[in-house]
Amino acid sequence: MAETVSSTQVTSRVTARSGPSLLIHGLKKAFADVQAVNGLDLEVQPGECFGLLGPNGAGKTTTIEICEGLTMPDQGTVELLGLNWQRDAKELRQRIGIQLQETQFPDKLTVEEALRLFRSFYRQGLSVEESIRTAQLEEKRHARIGGLSGGQKQRLAMATALVGDPELLFLDEPTTGLDPQARRHLWDLVDGLKRAGRTIILTTHYMDEAERLCDRVAIMDHGKVIALGTPQELIASVGGEEIVEFAVCAIPAVREKTNAGASARVTHATLAQDDSEDCLPTAVNVGQLTAIPGVQSHRVDAGVHQLSVSELHMAVPRIFAELEAQGLHLSEFRTHSATLEDVFVRLTGRNLRDE
Amino acid sequence: MSKLELSSLYQLTMVRFRLVLREPEAIFWIFIFPILLAVGLGIAFRNRPADVLPVGATTTQLTQALAADAGLKATEMDEAAGTHALATGNILLLVVQAPNGVTYRYDDTNPDARNARLLADRAIQAAAGRHDPVTAQNQLVHETGSRYIDFVVPGLLGMNLMGSAMWGLGFSIVEGRQKKLLKRMVASPMPKWQYLTAFLLSRLAMLVIEVVVFLGFSRLVFGVPFRGPLWQLALICILTSLVFSAIGLLVASRAKTMEAVSGLMNLVMLPMWILSGVFFSASRFPNVVQPIVRALPLTAAIDAMRGNMLQGIELPQLAAQLAILLAWFCVPFVVALKIFRWR
Repeated sequence: MAETVSSTQVTSRVTARSGPSLLIHGLKKAFADVQAVNGLDLEVQPGECFGLLGPNGAGKTTTIEICEGLTMPDQGTVELLGLNWQRDAKELRQRIGIQLQETQFPDKLTVEEALRLFRSFYRQGLSVEESIRTAQLEEKRHARIGGLSGGQKQRLAMATALVGDPELLFLDEPTTGLDPQARRHLWDLVDGLKRAGRTIILTTHYMDEAERLCDRVAIMDHGKVIALGTPQELIASVGGEEIVEFAVCAIPAVREKTNAGASARVTHATLAQDDSEDCLPTAVNVGQLTAIPGVQSHRVDAGVHQLSVSELHMAVPRIFAELEAQGLHLSEFRTHSATLEDVFVRLTGRNLRDE
Repeated sequence: MSKLELSSLYQLTMVRFRLVLREPEAIFWIFIFPILLAVGLGIAFRNRPADVLPVGATTTQLTQALAADAGLKATEMDEAAGTHALATGNILLLVVQAPNGVTYRYDDTNPDARNARLLADRAIQAAAGRHDPVTAQNQLVHETGSRYIDFVVPGLLGMNLMGSAMWGLGFSIVEGRQKKLLKRMVASPMPKWQYLTAFLLSRLAMLVIEVVVFLGFSRLVFGVPFRGPLWQLALICILTSLVFSAIGLLVASRAKTMEAVSGLMNLVMLPMWILSGVFFSASRFPNVVQPIVRALPLTAAIDAMRGNMLQGIELPQLAAQLAILLAWFCVPFVVALKIFRWR
């Protein structure tokens, strides 16, 4: 067993093999009347942290459970580390680490006892001490699992996945249901694992998590990959790096000048309308807006207009001028950098968390 | 880490063992409850001096004649009061003076009342001058092994082994399935047979404590006899525990909720509590159902235990019971392994 000083320096077993760690081709799986996975192709390289991002019900968990050999696909092939589940199940179980959604370990067992148990299943792996250190559970070592917080339980689940020193690590929604602090703690752990060169495949429905952790992301919807690439590539594919959101109404004749002048200098602010009765929802001439240089696209969601914009500093004054020229008054205006959420919205017309 | 600590079967068994010991309710049901039950039954059915039977008579002369028998407690009462006392169970028999002799009023389906009838008649006939042609003498023997407590201890032992094996396995497995722990286990390289075998092994470890505590208590407090070889009794206990572990495994092999598995458990165990002769001899059931009663695993287990403890019968004579038990181990275990649902 390897004796190492710091958890983050634990390097995974060296694989002589070249080629992808995970190769999925033409994967399909249906449950009763739901087509959970509908023709999926993926390739994950060694050392990569790969994210499956999508709303609940997109087929992420089904996909990852097929990869983990827990669900049989209806069609398609899955190859892990050059092996497949039909022939090499025993070997694969030894070489991959799995964290499932919502596993509850026995409350009355201690952290150390649970890890000792899981360690005993593997031919080789980390020592129990090492896995406890990696998951930063040193203080809870002799504590019963029933008394752990949600974040600590999740870190224990991760430790049980790591204790066999896997070449390929699957994390299924590792931070779902955790508070922000516990999420950041877990992200730091995954960062450490990435630095140690482990190949990680994780699912999440938090776009910020995918952006923060993943080298490459596949955005899934209705059992299919609808976008694939690095987070930066995907965001760039939206067409602009910045998103401008605003809501408008028809202006009362007198106050227009002052108000419009004020809003021109405020970007990250919502301008409250002091006299809302005067403000009526009204139509915007979209063609004029998208004609502004730098504005890539336009869509409306619940009364809020969204423009994706490539050169914010040039475009915003023109947007204000155009809206004023159309006789419209801003009731809301804000901008933010484009995120994977915007990519999803752009591709599906829905918000990621609507589901 | 030592070699033993790296063995997954050892770790799985130890985890099972720890989880049971850390569950206070389980400790009560497995260790304390059977002792309480034995104490309760021991007190209720303790051997008293031969019962004195209460009877009534309508005349002073008859009352005196009855009182001469040590087995009777006679009270004089008029016919109306006597009829009432008979109806309320205060007396077992009423002797009424008739013009040409006596009339006995009693319930002939009550064994005590029939006894009272025999004793009363003997006393009255003797008082009237009857002489027995044959002189008879009594020599009293109080044999341990023929008391109710001796009969009921093996029954309780069998019932307890059934309950602890079935609840122990059934609940843990269904809980593991509900909490997705089973799914997590099969996602690891753990050999599946070891998970199930660990249950049997930890059960056997518990069994030693359970059986020794209960039988030791029965021996010390009630003087229950052990006439057969102890190692054979141990073997019967182990086999019994394995049988009910296998049945528990089968019952829990597909159930997804605690409610479902509790229902199934009760469905399986209730008939045996009634039919298998825990509290009274199974031979009291009509001949038609005897083949079924005899084929039940708990009947076979209890019969074998009684045979060993009370009669000192050796294993070869218990072959029929052992064969039944063996069948009840193999079939459910194999079926359970086949249909077991890990998620």
